[in-house]
Parts: sequence; structure tokens; C-alpha cells
Amino acid sequence: MHPAFSVIFLTTLIGVGQGLFLALYTGQVYSLAKLLPAQDSSAFYGVGSLLALILLGGGLFASFFHLGHPERAWRAIAKWKTSWLSREVIILPAFMFMVFLYGVIHYMGWTQTWFVIQGALPVDASLIVGLLGSLLAFALFICTAMIYAGVKFLQEWHSPLTVANYTLLGIASGFMLAAAFSAWTGVDLVAFFGTWAVIFTLVGLATRGASLIRNAHLKHKITTQTAIGVRHNTIEQKAQGFMGGSFNTREFFHGASATTFKAVKYLFLVLVFPLPIALIAAAYFTESATLPLVAFAIQYLGLLLERWYFFAEATHPQNLYYRSMA
Amino acid sequence: MTQLALVIDLNVCVGCHACVTSCKQWNTSGWAGPLPDQNPYEADPSGTFFNRVQTFEIGKFPNTETLHFPKSCLHCEEPPCVPVCPTGASYKREDNGVVLVDYDKCIGCKYCSWACPYGVREFDEKNKVMKKCTLCIDRITDMTLPEAERKPACVLSCPTNARLYGDVHDPDSEVSVAIRERGGYQLQPEWGTQPANHYLPRRKVRIHIHEDELVRSDNPLVKEDLAALPEDVDTLDDVAW
Repeated sequence: MHPAFSVIFLTTLIGVGQGLFLALYTGQVYSLAKLLPAQDSSAFYGVGSLLALILLGGGLFASFFHLGHPERAWRAIAKWKTSWLSREVIILPAFMFMVFLYGVIHYMGWTQTWFVIQGALPVDASLIVGLLGSLLAFALFICTAMIYAGVKFLQEWHSPLTVANYTLLGIASGFMLAAAFSAWTGVDLVAFFGTWAVIFTLVGLATRGASLIRNAHLKHKITTQTAIGVRHNTIEQKAQGFMGGSFNTREFFHGASATTFKAVKYLFLVLVFPLPIALIAAAYFTESATLPLVAFAIQYLGLLLERWYFFAEATHPQNLYYRSMA
Repeated sequence: MTQLALVIDLNVCVGCHACVTSCKQWNTSGWAGPLPDQNPYEADPSGTFFNRVQTFEIGKFPNTETLHFPKSCLHCEEPPCVPVCPTGASYKREDNGVVLVDYDKCIGCKYCSWACPYGVREFDEKNKVMKKCTLCIDRITDMTLPEAERKPACVLSCPTNARLYGDVHDPDSEVSVAIRERGGYQLQPEWGTQPANHYLPRRKVRIHIHEDELVRSDNPLVKEDLAALPEDVDTLDDVAW
């Protein structure tokens, strides 16, 4: 498939945004359980939510470049019963609204306790909104990934591993950004977020690695034989019906050389997994304020490559009809 | 229920592209149009087509055979492109099973083209919407046309009659009979998309004659030991009665 930059930025940016929100809420829940020191509501959670909102907005903005008619994008909410794309279009703004609400509640300091559950759990507006937001964040990960995993014709994507990868890599980068944000603002949560970022990165490595291995051994269902219905071992296309290009030759081929393709794979494997882990570990020992930021930037760059490779790796069965230019 | 479809006879398709050009001519100026081109007369020409004819070579030289393969939307009975459309712009007509795109609702996300294993949807780069074969819906449903002309443009233009058109759910229709009696098959049946369009295979007519059938072992002349007659002697067979 042809990797479209609009979709690469959409999926990676909202992934970070969702992950960052989940990190902030995790931090809040931990401090509620007195496992972490409580943070300044407006400076930490308020500004953190704003950061998540900017990333989500950036992703949403990028997605419009994918559409031929962005002014009709509102129509995409119609078929939520059957289309994962439609579900994503509904849940993304709903999630953004929750992040906005969560940020406003914290920024305005509307965190007075509403009621206490069993004398131990003080519930305020931010806890409820944060819980709803977290559920939507996970729902959004599933919707985004299922857009790809749901297409059975693209066998490289048609696997639960796709959902695992989108979710884990999104959360990993979000926690990495939370660590960077904490380090930058001098909040003492770098080790907490950093540790979780490393854990999610490692689990992400396991699932992403598993999908790479799976795809390397994938046997495609369709051959030229069943594509045109001729039973012969040697079938060669002589003409594809036109002499220039067409939508079919542009949309479904990545167009990169085999060397580039391979290089991207190894590059993202280094940039997403070991390098950020090493940098965040170094930041832990040196207590650097900028190193976590570098770790996040490198991981995000790696994720852009990872997403490019994700698209480029998928082979569409229609390509069987477009094997030779003539 | 009616399911209109094409049956394409690969045995007689000569690869002339008449269906491609007549399709483009009719549809670029009709309900489904326009079908714009980019750089049509320059380097790297490109454009939107509903129908393509491809050519495959089967076998290794010198034992090769050429197959011309017309390819357009197969109007699947379980169209995978329809449920993925977020806006409902892609739909399958209830009354005749034709899969269509409502250009006014299409947002141009191209997701439907990913969900079509046959690669028969083509994005219109000028109008930024997805386009595909309509089975000439504006023609086949136009009751003002005489019945003989209520057929897709490609069917009417085919000089070798390689394209049959009709209702594949009616067991007695020309297309159903052709599929049943002439080995009609579907493309990529593995997916369960149930394409309505079928293809008729290339057929070779070979006469299988065994040597026994050329030389009669029970030749009465041999039986009666009369086979060795002198050649210049008239026999009864040489006499005109």
C-alpha cells in the first residue's frame, strides 16, 4: 500500500495524545491511592491535557488532508454500525471533548470531592471525566486499528496484533511524552512515567516483533491463477490496460526501493525501541531535564517510520492485476 | 431478487478495447460522469476508467497462449466495499443488485478501494470522489430506450459478443444458462464476496481420435482375406451405377 503522510501523522499523533492522556489519568489515580505525590492541578494536569489536546487536534487536522472532500467529513458519522472508520470519526471528537473537559476541570480547580466511596475513595469531577476519557481512549485505539485490521484482503493487517501494536505503541509514546513533560516542568514523576514507558515499549516490541515475524511468513491467499481464473503455473502479465499510471498503480504500491524498504524497517526497530529506552534510562541516572524530551522525539520519529512501514508492508490482492507496465 | 451482472466470455474476447472506449464515452457524459483524464496527450497520462482490458501470457514460449481479460466492477452479492464506507455513499441497489457510489455523499477517503480485492474502484483525481462501474445504470433503467438498447455500453459495443448481460438470479436467463452450461466462474472465490459477474473460460476444441478408430480391426476385407487385391482391378466400389 502507498503510505499516505496524512494517515501516518493522524495515527501517530492521536496515539501519543491518547497515551499522554492515559498517563496523566494514571498519575492522578496513583496519587489518589497515595502511591505518588499529588500534583498541581492546573499546572500539571491542566497544561498536560492541553498538550494532549494539541496532539489530538494535530492528528485530526492531518486526517483532513487524506480526504478528497474534507467539507463533507461530518457525513462520516453515518455508518457507525458497519464501518470502523465511521466509529473512529465519532469517537475521536468525543474523546477530545473529554480531554478538554478534564483539562478545564483541573485548570479551573473544580476538583472538590463530590462523594466518598466506602470512606476511602474521594470522587470528584476529574476522576469521572478522566475515567470516561480513558474508556474512550481505548475505544479510539481499537477503532483506529480495526480500520486496518478489519480489511481481510490485506492479510498483513488482518490480525489482532495490529490492534495490540496501535494500542501499545500509542500508550508507550504517550507515557514517554509524559515523562518528558514531567522532566521539562520539573515534576518528580519522570521515573514513574519513564518506567511505564519502558514497560509499554518492551511489550510493544514483543507484539510488533510478532507481527513482523508473522508477516514474513505470511502466505497470500490469492494468486494470479485465482485472480484471473486460469490454471497454469506460468502466467505473465503483458499489458495492464494502459500505458501510463492509474489510481491502481499509485494507491496500492509504496514505490520505494527494496533497500529503502528494508532500511526503514531496521531504522524504526532501533528508533522506537532500544534508543528511547536507553535515553530514558540515562535520564534517570543523570536526572537530565532534556534527555526524556530527546527520548520522546526519537521514539516519535521512529513511530513515523514504523507507520510508513506498516502501510508499505501490506500487499493488496489487486496488485496481481498490475504486475507489469505495458 | 434481481441481480444484474455481466458474463464475460474469455473464449471470444479479442482484446480490442471497444468496451473500454465505449464505456468511457457513455459514462463520461452521462449520470456517472465525468471521467476526467490527467495529461491525456502528454507524458505520463492517467485517467479514471470503469473498465480495463488486460493481457496475460499463459505458459512458456513457444507453448504460450494469450488471454485478454476485461476487468470491471463485479457487483458482488456480498460487496466488501459497501459496509466499510463511513458515509453510506457506497451502496448496493436493492432492486437490481448494482453497486453504486453517491458522489454527493462521497468524502474521498478511498477506504472502499482498499476493501475491494479486485481493484476495480478508481479515484477521480479531479472531482475527488471514488468512481466505479455503474453497469450503465442510467441506460439499463431508462424505460424510454427500446429494450434492445437497455444494456450497458460495453455489452452493446463488443464486436465479438464476449459480454453477456442479464439477471444471474433468474435460472433461465441467458447469463445463468451460460454460467451453468459453459463453465462460468468467479474471480478470487476464496474471499466469499460472491461476485455477480462471471467469466467463461477459454475452451479448446480438440478431437480425440484413437488409432483403432482410423484402422478398422474388424475390416471385412481382412476377415475374408481379400485385402490383397491387385490395385488395377476394378472393384464393385469403382463402378458407377
